[in-house]
Amino acid sequence: MNTSALILMVVTMTVVISTAAALFIKVLRTPPRAEPDSYDENDDAPR
Amino acid sequence: MAQKEAWGSRVGLILAMAGNAVGLGNFLRFPVQAIQNGGGAFIIPYLVCFLLMGIPLLWIEWSTGRFGGKRGHHSTPFILNSLDPKRRFWKYFGVFGIFTNIAVASYYCFIESWTMSYVMHSIAGTFEGMNQTEVANFFARYVDVMKSTTGIPYEAVLFFLLCLILNTSILSRGLHGVEKVAKIGMPLLILFGIILAVRGLTLGDSGASIEHPTASAIDGLNFLWTPQFDSLLNLKVWLAAAGQVFFTLSLGMGSIQCYASYIESKDDIALNAASAGFMNEFVEVVLGSSIVIPIAAGYLGIDWVIENAGFGMAFQTMPYLFNNWGPVLAAFAGVMWFGLLFFAGITSSLAMGTPWMGFMRDEFGWSQKKGAWSFGIIVMILGLPTVLFFNQGVFDEYDYWAGTVSLVVFALAESILFAWVFGMGKGWKEINEGGDIKVPSIYKFIIKYITPVLLLCVFLGALFTPLNNDWVSAFNNLFSGNGWQLDNSSLILYASNAGLKEQIAAATDPNIISTLEEKMFYVTLARFILLGLFLAISALVYKAYRRRVSENTI
Repeated sequence: MNTSALILMVVTMTVVISTAAALFIKVLRTPPRAEPDSYDENDDAPR
Repeated sequence: MAQKEAWGSRVGLILAMAGNAVGLGNFLRFPVQAIQNGGGAFIIPYLVCFLLMGIPLLWIEWSTGRFGGKRGHHSTPFILNSLDPKRRFWKYFGVFGIFTNIAVASYYCFIESWTMSYVMHSIAGTFEGMNQTEVANFFARYVDVMKSTTGIPYEAVLFFLLCLILNTSILSRGLHGVEKVAKIGMPLLILFGIILAVRGLTLGDSGASIEHPTASAIDGLNFLWTPQFDSLLNLKVWLAAAGQVFFTLSLGMGSIQCYASYIESKDDIALNAASAGFMNEFVEVVLGSSIVIPIAAGYLGIDWVIENAGFGMAFQTMPYLFNNWGPVLAAFAGVMWFGLLFFAGITSSLAMGTPWMGFMRDEFGWSQKKGAWSFGIIVMILGLPTVLFFNQGVFDEYDYWAGTVSLVVFALAESILFAWVFGMGKGWKEINEGGDIKVPSIYKFIIKYITPVLLLCVFLGALFTPLNNDWVSAFNNLFSGNGWQLDNSSLILYASNAGLKEQIAAATDPNIISTLEEKMFYVTLARFILLGLFLAISALVYKAYRRRVSENTI
């Protein structure tokens, strides 16, 4: 690949992959809110 | 009492939202747009438009959805109405949020059914030993319902109905059914995409042959990524980038608002929206750019790709390219390629069913099953013309009016409603309420001014597309007093069938004239079907409104 194409591809992909990963990791690491929340998998009893 | 609809988990919601956004366009439309708009230079306006229009619109749609959901509304007519209850007309703009989903599902499920059928054909080894022309002809035979590729009569219709039944039965299980599909489909889609992308990125010039001695995947990557900075000054490139961002995120459809309406006010939307949006970008920019173009350039050469790049490559070319990997790997590659397209399709088509179901449940007390099966039946009735008269242009007509124009009109209206009528003060509070991230305050300015202006530009760009999409010459002509010459693809001329009329006037062969006149008839028929659908949903909204007035619940 030519240098300018390689640089643009690597920079763009790195930015997109790292931002997507950082945001998703933040979602996974954020503790759930106190019940009742929007999600029923962690409910004590089904709605 | 019926159980209240709710998402099972936060990850499930994000995967369902990302699945809604990720569609066939991520793998097929994005690389083609990049090739047609300056290769590497396209990515710069694309990312700028993503930050200035894509992400802000995601926040607008997520927050309006949650706002409406708090008031018991799960579809856009009454969600928009709740943002500005004094003006009655907003709910009719909201009709777009149901209309678009039903109309798009009508042809989208047809494409989805192709992917199901092609998975089957890949496993069965149908494409083994076929040359490029035979693979392309196979597709032409497949979409011609009067011919059969396998001996199964009306194969295209059969797969379309199977696909509809699958969608409907999943939808009848409500959000949990949708979420389960997203939790299985999205990881598999990403896995298949990564495997094929690695192959695309490492193919090099190993695919060169006697027929295509200079073929190289590197040429494809160079063409996609080499920056041509002069095209940054071209309005056409910016409009194409804005359009691509808009369509890839499924904005202006009404399905995001519907999904978000099941979120409680204390739960985050700011981080969820950004996460789902960037997940879509990962699939589009990283995977979408690394499969079709490099693999096709690797076997057929970059000149062939530039000449033939288009949506049809997925079905008319890819199976032939996979044949170069030997029968076993070709079968695996076919299953992965059409499998990922299937998952991209079904996670989007399921999202299209939920606004109708939400509306009928909220307003007329319909059960999930009744809502889902009625959706399936409506889509079948509206979709059969796209299957039976595919070659007569019904499919393209649905795509143009429902899958393109309606989205832009609706998104423009909702961005103005949110930022200027509902008000940025209240809107900003809605976006940040319960947020796990703090949205940068510059977005207050962007949402109020930049996003609506960008959307207006996209709309005006479509309305007044100049001849040959050459904006520089068009403005030069305008300022030198020579007027503005419209292209036949501009909304104004397209609506008047100018292109078809020109073709009929220029044709001399009676058979060609007859075919074009037949096409004109089917194009008009498709428009009447779409208009009828819009009016029917508007009538339902009016009925629901009268009912709410009489019950004093509005």
